[in-house]
Amino acid sequence: MDIPYTIENRPDTGVYNAKLGIWLFLASEMMLFGGLFSAYVLLRVGAEPDMWPHGWLDVRLGAVNTLLLALSAITTLLAWAACKVREFGKFKFFHGCTILLALTFLGIKSYEYHDKWIHYEIALTGGNYPGKIADGHLVEKSENFDLAKKTGTVTLHGRFVDDRRELMDLRTPAARSAKLGEITIQAADIQKMENYGPKHNTFTAIYFTLTGLHALHILGGTAVIFYFWGPGSRMWRREPERFTNRIEVSGLFWHFVDLVWIFLFPVLYLT
Amino acid sequence: MSESNAPSPHPAPSAHADEHPVNWNHYVKLCRNVFGVVLLTTAAMIATSFSHLGEGWTLKVTLILAIATINAFLVAGYLMHLLSEKKLVYTVLIFTVIFAIGLMGLTVWATNGFPPGTASH
Repeated sequence: MDIPYTIENRPDTGVYNAKLGIWLFLASEMMLFGGLFSAYVLLRVGAEPDMWPHGWLDVRLGAVNTLLLALSAITTLLAWAACKVREFGKFKFFHGCTILLALTFLGIKSYEYHDKWIHYEIALTGGNYPGKIADGHLVEKSENFDLAKKTGTVTLHGRFVDDRRELMDLRTPAARSAKLGEITIQAADIQKMENYGPKHNTFTAIYFTLTGLHALHILGGTAVIFYFWGPGSRMWRREPERFTNRIEVSGLFWHFVDLVWIFLFPVLYLT
Repeated sequence: MSESNAPSPHPAPSAHADEHPVNWNHYVKLCRNVFGVVLLTTAAMIATSFSHLGEGWTLKVTLILAIATINAFLVAGYLMHLLSEKKLVYTVLIFTVIFAIGLMGLTVWATNGFPPGTASH
């Protein structure tokens, strides 16, 4: 049985069915990300003065990822245009580029996540470090390090601060000129040790939620694009028009993912 | 690539050629222009972020989001063909935008609306 309106436009809607389907899906996606952006706005305006982080994320990596996604949106469009003009070789090339760009994006994102995962804030007990906080990236933990038993040591590459507020805005001249070095801390001196994971504060919570959900979309989109680039491209031989429409629909999803990042980058990295 | 996948000099018949007549060179030029603007807008957002405009973040956030909106318009308008879509797609999107604004508006509106007798923080 033939599925109707996979190629030609439906008279009452004016579009083929898959296109209407993807737009309805994207509408639901807008509501999903809209809700999370609302959460971001509420968390940010509700934060105590000077307690919303600035400069915690690497703008250079965010900018590179922005350009990678923009480029991948363009290669997706060119892949579709190549199908339209019956240039299968060009389609393969541009869709292959999209996959590589997407994987590079995910690689950079993974590096950023790892950087946050090994970044620790350690509140110290009053003994040797009265009221101090150690902040930095993990260098090593001694073999016998056990926070519960208070044994061993942990070494960070970072600095000591007196107040958490000093860690909030890393763009201030003071933060930029801070001297970083290796700090070795006894487990017995640690009151609380926490990495910059999602539970660290509201910023990291919303950062991981928004970018994690976005990365899942990238992953899903890449899987679909890979399918059409590889085994799914067999359809080109039998039904090139239908295949072209599939590429358009997957491209619309990919452009939406790019659109979301267009707002995530400034909201999280630049403001 | 198999024989049947070889490029053909004949354009494929399109079911909606009237919507998006495809000219390869046109698309290459469009993509080049869009990417150029994306490069510029990204640089402008970063420059604004590190500038000393105004006190605090309000002005900078407003400007950065305005630039991001230009960027989004290009992607949605040209790459997603939203500038030349069918009425039904616009209808779907208009309703979505209304609901999204309502969603954000309600939550922002309720931010300081604490029921009597409850702590604000």
